[in-house]
Amino acid sequence: MGSPDHFNQRVMVTPISTKRVEDVKSDALNTLLHISDLDSLDEWRVQYLGRKGQLTQLLRGLSSAPENDRAQIGAAANIAKTVLEEQLRLREADLKAEHLSGVVDRERIDVTLPGLPVPEGKLHPTTRMVREITTAFASMGFQIEEGPEIEYERYNFDMLNIPSDHPARDMWDTLWIDQARPDGYRPLLLRTHTSPMQARVMENIDPPVRVVVPGKCYRYEATDSTHEWHFYQVEGLAVGEGITFADLKGTLYEFARRIFGEDRKIRFRCDFFPFVEPGVDMSISNFKDKDGNRPINRDEDWIEILGAGMVHPKVLEGVGYDPDRYTGFAFGMGVERIAMLKYGIDDIRLFYSNNTQFISQF
Amino acid sequence: MLIPISWLKQYVPIKIPALELAHRLTMAGTEISEVKEVGADWGHDKVVIGHVLKVDPHPDADRLKIPSLDLGNGQTAQVVCGGPNLAAGQKIAFAREGAKLYNAKTGKVAKLKSSKIRGVISTGMVCSELELGLGEDHRGILVLPNDAPTGTPLVDYLGDAILSAEVTPNRPDCLSMLGIAHEVAALTGQTVTEPDRNYPENGDSINQQVIIDVTDADLCPRYAVSLIRGITVKESPDWLKDAIEKSGMRPINNIVDVTNYVMLEYGQPLHAFDYTTINEATVIIRTAHNKEKLITLDDEEREINPPILTIADPKRAIALAGVMGGRDSEVTETTTDVLLESANFEAINTRKTARSLGMSTEASYRYERGIRTELVPLALRRATKLILDLAGGCAAKGILDTSPTNKIYPPLRISDDKFERVLGTSISINRADEVLSSLGFNTSRTEDKSLAVEAPYWRTDISIEEDLVEEVARIIGYEDVPATLLSSEIPHQIPNPSRDLREQVRDALVAAGMQETISYPATSLNSMAKVGVSNSAGQAALPIANPMSSDMTHMRTTLRPSILDTLSFNRRVSHGSGFKLFEIGKIYLPNDDVNGYELPKEQEVLVGVFAGPSSQMSWLTTGNAMDFFYAKGVLEVVFRRLGLNVEYEAHDTDQILHPGKTALLNYKGNRIGVIGEIHPNVLDLFNIEDSPVALIEINLETLYSTLEGTSPTYTEVSRYPESERDIAILVDDEVSSAQIQHIIIRNKLVQSSTPFDLYTGDKIPAGKKSIGYRVTFRSNQSTLTRELVDKTRQSIVKQLERELGAELRD
Repeated sequence: MGSPDHFNQRVMVTPISTKRVEDVKSDALNTLLHISDLDSLDEWRVQYLGRKGQLTQLLRGLSSAPENDRAQIGAAANIAKTVLEEQLRLREADLKAEHLSGVVDRERIDVTLPGLPVPEGKLHPTTRMVREITTAFASMGFQIEEGPEIEYERYNFDMLNIPSDHPARDMWDTLWIDQARPDGYRPLLLRTHTSPMQARVMENIDPPVRVVVPGKCYRYEATDSTHEWHFYQVEGLAVGEGITFADLKGTLYEFARRIFGEDRKIRFRCDFFPFVEPGVDMSISNFKDKDGNRPINRDEDWIEILGAGMVHPKVLEGVGYDPDRYTGFAFGMGVERIAMLKYGIDDIRLFYSNNTQFISQF
Repeated sequence: MLIPISWLKQYVPIKIPALELAHRLTMAGTEISEVKEVGADWGHDKVVIGHVLKVDPHPDADRLKIPSLDLGNGQTAQVVCGGPNLAAGQKIAFAREGAKLYNAKTGKVAKLKSSKIRGVISTGMVCSELELGLGEDHRGILVLPNDAPTGTPLVDYLGDAILSAEVTPNRPDCLSMLGIAHEVAALTGQTVTEPDRNYPENGDSINQQVIIDVTDADLCPRYAVSLIRGITVKESPDWLKDAIEKSGMRPINNIVDVTNYVMLEYGQPLHAFDYTTINEATVIIRTAHNKEKLITLDDEEREINPPILTIADPKRAIALAGVMGGRDSEVTETTTDVLLESANFEAINTRKTARSLGMSTEASYRYERGIRTELVPLALRRATKLILDLAGGCAAKGILDTSPTNKIYPPLRISDDKFERVLGTSISINRADEVLSSLGFNTSRTEDKSLAVEAPYWRTDISIEEDLVEEVARIIGYEDVPATLLSSEIPHQIPNPSRDLREQVRDALVAAGMQETISYPATSLNSMAKVGVSNSAGQAALPIANPMSSDMTHMRTTLRPSILDTLSFNRRVSHGSGFKLFEIGKIYLPNDDVNGYELPKEQEVLVGVFAGPSSQMSWLTTGNAMDFFYAKGVLEVVFRRLGLNVEYEAHDTDQILHPGKTALLNYKGNRIGVIGEIHPNVLDLFNIEDSPVALIEINLETLYSTLEGTSPTYTEVSRYPESERDIAILVDDEVSSAQIQHIIIRNKLVQSSTPFDLYTGDKIPAGKKSIGYRVTFRSNQSTLTRELVDKTRQSIVKQLERELGAELRD
């Protein structure tokens, strides 16, 4: 094929006519049939439709045609241009698709190679569990509160109807802060439960009260696979007019259903905590049998996850609530124990060993 | 408290299986943690009572015998037996093939198989206590009483179940067989039969033979004695030994065993003195003298002081009241006259005594919980009767009972509204009456349809109406109370921005690839010294009076040691990996309060460390060692997420951080934390070989208090395109990037600017650095022309030259 200049020369000497237009068109369409790559297609475009292409030149030379023929030749040339452009578009689309599928056909990666490492972090399982628990209660209208870990003996025990020198104190082996008043009395301890926040919350606000309190607690006891001296609890408290034991049951059933799903069974039995009356121990079934075909009177099949009860009138009186007007319930649960049950963890000591092989699993 | 069903049956009929009984007790508040079923494993008719008809010697072994056994119903058996105590005429336990027995050699329970012993076929076994799991004795075979019915399955004769009860501190009555019997009666619809307390009083009046003097009626509200003379101290009969053993105690002799038996029966501790050892037959209940000495039954010489209460005679102390008897007055094999004490000692003083002496006994355990004075004469008469039955002798006429007045437990009145109000379900007064009566409460209906209720003499835990609600609910069963959702008013929710911020920080750090850790908040002075925290005044950590261990003696005032320990530990177990660890935890700062009564300040602190390669090994990328700038990148993500504009200020005086690679974090003029690389010397102290290790630390408390309106504010989005220009300059080393940035960014058309190249080295003069910035220009009003952008860039270069002595590099 010649250079554009060469075409120009030819165009210049060829008189313009309708026939000439038709010739260029059929010549172009014929050539197009043999074009099989995008580069040649572009050359074709330049040759016929480019600024100095044959058809463009014809149109440009329209003024040299006899005046009577101009309109007819012009119309023919425009039609030819439209046809060629349309054919170009179609051919181009075909060739592009052909080309791409050729490229894609050759491209292959090993999809089993690992991806680019993107940094990933995890929450500590306790944090995760605390969030799950508090979220479940928050959706039932409980506000999340927190309180001091180093606490007065008064809040930790006395205001919860646990007088000093009462054997009930043995339920909470205590770590004491070695800081004495001038009279030798040591008022501070590491809270043994989150329950002192019951008194603190009620001292601060008037009923109705609906709070959950997550936080660290401490007990002076030997550690083993089910006991840690440092652990988390979530305390709950609802006080107002007309709050009943049935509400306590309903609230905790709803909580357990959200955390453990429908498969586990729940059991309420009588238990003793000095700051509630009646007192409750809530246990969850440790068997996986959905149908509950196992004899339910095998008490080892139940795992205690939570202590609860109706707030003792003495506790209400102690914070200035009228026990004849207000009733309420309180509960407290061990966060790790719930996580252990939920995730099948068999040793509580794993939680604060901070072995990343453990804590990064959640 | 161990409860043998065989014993419990004496007071209340048991018509349900032991497991079911355990379940009902558990649900009603007395948790049964274990049920040990004696004989349950044997196989019902695999072990039967046999009668030894005759005993032949084994033809080939002197030690072995071949007894001929009658197994009843015409069955007989011939076995080989090694028990040295085997003799004709005995009743024994015979195990057939297939019986499951304990094998002392293997230590396991296994099925019995027939075997040939020295050529003689043995189709069963004559069992020892150990093999049956009845006791430890394996020296000889178990010999049953002569009246044991031949052919009867042994489990029907000897089988038993022992319940292990976890008694809550409010129920000292459940530390007794009768207390449990009353629970069982209410739970199973049975009634309790009280034990026999009647005996002949054939001796002289006790008043002429004993003097009692209680000097402190507050510490000893009731004290009673009986006197039995002419007794014989000997081994207890089998039924008594069996009951004592199954209850977890050791049989001593018939007198001591009776006192223990009745204590377990009534929950009322008793003590037997050898009457003849008591000087002037006078018993004085008084507080100890200063530094008084007493040798207790466990042969310990103890120094006792007031207000410890003692039992004494005119010359000396003879017992620790409510805790333990004295050795000099104890009942021995030669004792003939017994002074039997049943008394009530005040709970708190008894508890203090036991604690101060480091003792806890069956007696003190019960007194500490507070028991009713009404038990005193009942237990005394019951024990006196049993001693007469088992040791003979003659009881003095009457008992001495110092203060037969009892503490008043006022009656309560309860109506059916109360049940409804507390439980949320209605319980008829009839039903309540029924339940309370079944528990032994005295009830009477009043005119206003409520119930007047008096707690039975063994209960100490009933003082308010709610207690009665619990009684009724627990016997009916908590399972029967409906479950409803709270319908009461929902209180106002009060926002808690500081908690929200903390949780956002946690999430941002995790999103930036960090692993959260939680560590113990107690540490040691030594650990804190490793990070340069001395325990001098002003930063003294709070000491724990009774620490868990020597490395957790103080409440931490810094989170640095624990996170470095965590890093060090994890490095040891997974070396080669990179670690990005953080903890958000509290530090505990003592108040300057001289009275020691203020709560310490608890502040939340974030600490994080970075060590090792920034990413896992990969075919796509090599993770660089994480350093200051990696840590800073993470912090920037966090701060951007929180909308905080934090400034970094070089800092060279941190205790553990590299003086040249550390910055303070300033927010609104407050120092909120620090970032830096750990000093290599400190890494050595924690056995961390990685270098560098970067640390971030933020006092969230300071941050919370500086926060206001951190919610993002909108800036207008430009519709016009941006233009970029680079500016590369040569400046003195001391010139900071922040200074350069400050100048660039203050120009109006500059949208942002970021350093993209930093060079120091041979190719430029010493003391200089080459630094390049890519500056983005954009306007909200129009598309910037090339000319305007170039002009602005020129102007910036001029400013840098003028203010920082910069030289433009091309």
